[in-house]
Amino acid sequence: MDKDFEPQIIAFCCKYCAYAAADLAGSMRLNYPSNIKIIQVPCTGRVDIIHLLRAIEDGADGVYVAGCMEGDCHFVCGNIKTRKKVEYVKRTLSELGIEPERVEMFNLSSAMGPRFAEIANQMAEKIFELGPSPLNIKQVA
Amino acid sequence: MIVADRKPLSEILDMIADRNKILIIGCKGCVTVCNVGGAKEVQILAASLNIVRKKEGHPLEVDQITIERQCDPEYIEQVKSTINDYDAVISMACGVGPQFLSEAYPQQKFFPAVNTKFFGGATSHGVWEERCAGCGTCVIHNFDGLCPVARCSKSLMNGPCGGSSSGYCEISKEVQCVWDMIVKKKMEQGRLDDLLCFTPAKNWRTSRDGGPRKSVREELAI
Amino acid sequence: MNDIKSGSNLERVLKSGNFAFTGECGPPKGANVEHLKEKLAFLKGNVDAVNITDNQTAVVRMSSWAASAIAVSEGVEPNFQMVCRDRNRLSMMSDVLGAYSMGIRNMLCLSGDHQIFGNHPEAKNVYDIDSMQLINLVKTMRDEGKFLNGEPIDVSPKMFIGAASNPFADPFEFRVYRLAKKINAGADFVQTQCIYNMDKFRKFMKMAVDMGLCEKCYILAGVTPLKSVGMAQYMAKQVPGMDVPPELIERLRGAGKGKYAEEGIKIAIEQIEEFKQMEGVAGVHLMAIEWEHRVAEIAEKAGMLPRP
Repeated sequence: MDKDFEPQIIAFCCKYCAYAAADLAGSMRLNYPSNIKIIQVPCTGRVDIIHLLRAIEDGADGVYVAGCMEGDCHFVCGNIKTRKKVEYVKRTLSELGIEPERVEMFNLSSAMGPRFAEIANQMAEKIFELGPSPLNIKQVA
Repeated sequence: MIVADRKPLSEILDMIADRNKILIIGCKGCVTVCNVGGAKEVQILAASLNIVRKKEGHPLEVDQITIERQCDPEYIEQVKSTINDYDAVISMACGVGPQFLSEAYPQQKFFPAVNTKFFGGATSHGVWEERCAGCGTCVIHNFDGLCPVARCSKSLMNGPCGGSSSGYCEISKEVQCVWDMIVKKKMEQGRLDDLLCFTPAKNWRTSRDGGPRKSVREELAI
Repeated sequence: MNDIKSGSNLERVLKSGNFAFTGECGPPKGANVEHLKEKLAFLKGNVDAVNITDNQTAVVRMSSWAASAIAVSEGVEPNFQMVCRDRNRLSMMSDVLGAYSMGIRNMLCLSGDHQIFGNHPEAKNVYDIDSMQLINLVKTMRDEGKFLNGEPIDVSPKMFIGAASNPFADPFEFRVYRLAKKINAGADFVQTQCIYNMDKFRKFMKMAVDMGLCEKCYILAGVTPLKSVGMAQYMAKQVPGMDVPPELIERLRGAGKGKYAEEGIKIAIEQIEEFKQMEGVAGVHLMAIEWEHRVAEIAEKAGMLPRP
């Protein structure tokens, strides 16, 4: 694996749990990779199939959605609906010949600062292993 | 869209012969687009039924409502509070409507006011023609955008048959021979040889022949 | 074209280079076996094989396979016909096996007129597979010993496979391509729709010969003698895919009242004489519908007797 490879990862984080946990991780001075770009959403339910596919289309090596624990969604079931969407995107990526592990969904509560860092590290490691997105590998003519 | 034709008035009158208070439910979906079951047509049917019943000295009380669609539970629910106040309900939607209503309101009796015919589109103002048979495996691209399943009277995949005459199907001068159209298109493109390619027997399992069908969007079903 | 496919009489006649002569017989509108046997008797010895129609024009009659089996028992070789309108692939394969087991060796695979023409227009339309697919299916059953799903057949049916060709339907330019397609699908012999427009047919045959089709398949020209001016006009106007030149109707009319039938037969014999000489034509298929008793006379006058 190219040691220079720095995975570009997008993380959609819901305001009430995941983003709060990210803040907490920050205040706890926990390390997590800086190449994870966090996007705050009011609820993971706001994230749609197109957002995940666009991220891949525009060159992200990995995308994940982080929301409240199932049953505790601030908006009742936004996170449950989005899990279905993430599964759809994974199936679609498989059909397209792209590793479905590049897109994931995680659940955590706002108190779980360490879990946030763990998820970020886990995802970064996974993507590093998989290598750059096939869209980013220049095809030799 | 789904295209339907209204049943003859005599048939509808027979359905409600012994009923005195009815509701006519229209639909703002397909039947509005093909001008057979929308708000306007509901009014026309109500007036027509009233005319006959008044003439017979057996007056009818008719209420009217047109809902967004009769194929979604959210809209069917909208009539909950009053649906059981009637002796019978006439639905002007396609075959799906009266069935959804019957399932949602088992105490009430629903009658279909239209005969649902086909999936088609408007070819000129006031005229709709069948284009799709819902066979479940669309291959119109193999026939230059024309569908032999829906538009050939014999659903031939290797047509035309010997009955094709002057561009019309043997069954009627009002039916175009779709194979004549396919062949002519290929001739224009200089690709007649494409049609020498044998199309093997169709798998009818995905059509109604395989049994009643279901479609699931797993990403939406909770 | 050389190896024996079915061992039928028709096959033998065609393969030996003789000019073939086939006839036609419609089964009765009931179980009237006696009447069927009478009609067959008129044809016996005068033709090489007899087409036994299958609910022709969607009018219900005794089934073709049953009438064909009766023909076999009467010593008349049948051309069993199967249309795609009334059966699905299961019953088609089943009937091919059944027919073969009853001694039937020639089979015509046809689309069939739409049921709207017949006496039960409310019936459900089958058309599970089309005539092209049926030809290919029978060929697969015969040569590969397999059903449509690839499973092996326990003693496969060795049928001599026939198809129909209509040089007069539209679009004209495509007709010879369709014939080529049927031959590629497996047709061993082809009978054309009845011919009245000789010019158009000559053009069609030239295209067929140029495409090399006559080396792969035996083409039999269809002849239906006209009995009356009324019949000619009916064929011209009401029967789809039929081409009856107005000059022919005039010629018939010119023969004078009471003499139309004789003139019709005269025309038919002239046609047969020309077909005997025409390149690519391997025989004639005579459709003397409800005129079986005149077949012997026509065969004699056209120099078709004795049959080889």
